[in-house]
Amino acid sequence: MLRIENIKKTFNPGTINEKMALDGVDLNLEDGEFVTVIGSNGAGKSTLLNAIAGVWLVDEGKIFIDNVDVTKLSEYKRAVYIGRVFQDPMMGTAADMWIEENLALAHRRGQRRGLTPGILPEERETYKLLLKEFDLGLEDRLSTKVGLLSGGQRQALTLIMATLQSPKLLLLDEHTAALDPKTAAKVLEVTDKIVEKSHLTTFMVTHNMKDAISHGTRLLMLNNGKIILDIKGEEKKKLTVEKLLEKFEQASGEEFTNDAAILG
Amino acid sequence: MITIQNLIARIPGGIAQGIIWGLMALGVYITFRVLKESDLTVDGSFATGGATAVVLITKGVNPWIAMAIAFVVGIIVGCCTGLIHTKLKIPAILSGILVQFALYSINLHIMGMVANVSCNPTKNNVIITMRNIPGAILVGAVFAALLIGVMYWYFGTEQGSAIRATGNNNHMALAQGINVNNMKVIGFALGNGLVALAGGLMAQYQGFSDINMGRGAIVIGLAAIIIGEVLAEVIFPKGTNFAVRLLFVIIGGIVYYLIMIVVLWLRVDSNDLKLATAIIVMLALAIPNFRKGE
Repeated sequence: MLRIENIKKTFNPGTINEKMALDGVDLNLEDGEFVTVIGSNGAGKSTLLNAIAGVWLVDEGKIFIDNVDVTKLSEYKRAVYIGRVFQDPMMGTAADMWIEENLALAHRRGQRRGLTPGILPEERETYKLLLKEFDLGLEDRLSTKVGLLSGGQRQALTLIMATLQSPKLLLLDEHTAALDPKTAAKVLEVTDKIVEKSHLTTFMVTHNMKDAISHGTRLLMLNNGKIILDIKGEEKKKLTVEKLLEKFEQASGEEFTNDAAILG
Repeated sequence: MITIQNLIARIPGGIAQGIIWGLMALGVYITFRVLKESDLTVDGSFATGGATAVVLITKGVNPWIAMAIAFVVGIIVGCCTGLIHTKLKIPAILSGILVQFALYSINLHIMGMVANVSCNPTKNNVIITMRNIPGAILVGAVFAALLIGVMYWYFGTEQGSAIRATGNNNHMALAQGINVNNMKVIGFALGNGLVALAGGLMAQYQGFSDINMGRGAIVIGLAAIIIGEVLAEVIFPKGTNFAVRLLFVIIGGIVYYLIMIVVLWLRVDSNDLKLATAIIVMLALAIPNFRKGE
């Protein structure tokens, strides 16, 4: 579903702040695979996600989604294939617009937007049922401004929006990092539910090793802009934080430098 | 003489002009409140609208057709600002200043290289004039009703919603596959189209177009928007729908102009009006920031 061939990205080339953020990454995600991505600070996890999303273009290499070469496509054009949830709960929704308006915008993701009504009456019923399914207490608040919701509610709404039009690929960028532990657990629960229901190919960046181990079908670890560990199948199921740290040290020859990831 | 009769006699004319400034403020509303960009093009595009309408009318063109052309010219001007901002990646505020600056020359060309073109309502066919103030108020009110209706409809469509989302949250809009650059260009275009339309009305109303008639238009537009919002909040503390909020922009324009009339009636030097307006708008823009505790 997602195929990445030897992509490279250097930020601030030719300056004192030059940083090789992606150093030849190859990756092949099968249809329906749910990969969790972990790494120490500055390892390139979010950079890899942004490369796939098209926030900027890569310097080298190719990116294919469902066998379509998207390497040169701009961010809004790639949105046809991609559903996205950001780390900052404020980024994924339009605060001054109603819940139903946000959902209606997401329902038309990647389509031409003309002069037909922005939301049809029958859509409201669909959205109501959908919100009820996730038990967020939002089903009777369709005409509430999203800005009045809590961070957790906004993040759950963003998830629902990202998957309203079943995407070829779901990108989650540390989407629970800004939430308190209880809300984070709830949002992860919603995530699993949505991914399972629609059998979505998912790429989830996280800073939390436990989450990376207990969710998904495959685990990637990045270091210095390279994939250094790729664990799937039975091996992934048997993984523990201790084993993962040990593997990291073997693979990189360094100690893992992200306390939040180990303690979190 | 400062007499009450003198003041009352000036009120109807103030209302008529206030409505026209309110119509202009609807254009400013699109860029300032919907797109959340400060578009300084309007100081130029207001005069462009006035120049285009008056030159065409004095050449015998039907005034409605002249107004339609002024609107289209305003749209083209707004496209220029939008394209300079999105394609050349120059900040919106600077793009607006550049286009506004350039329009000084262009407006002079439209007016045949003179700074002022008169449009005598006895010799020309005009749709609004200060010689018939009740008629002017009626024409202004019809324009207001039509434009509010169209804006209410448009910003509820898929495209209008996409423009609102773009102004609200660029990241969200991109992630939903919205071409934010196109939406910005459309917003700047429509905003300046309305401003030029209002410029065309103002030039006919006052009987001439002038190279400087748009000076300070952005500040007056902001004043109208903010006065309208404050009034709407007082009358509808729980918030109200988009059409009513737009109506309050027109009301804001009227209130702004009536305040100016009172100030002038009090014999304040008219050269000090701009200073007073700037201070009022500055305070009105600042107050909400402090109320939020920022």
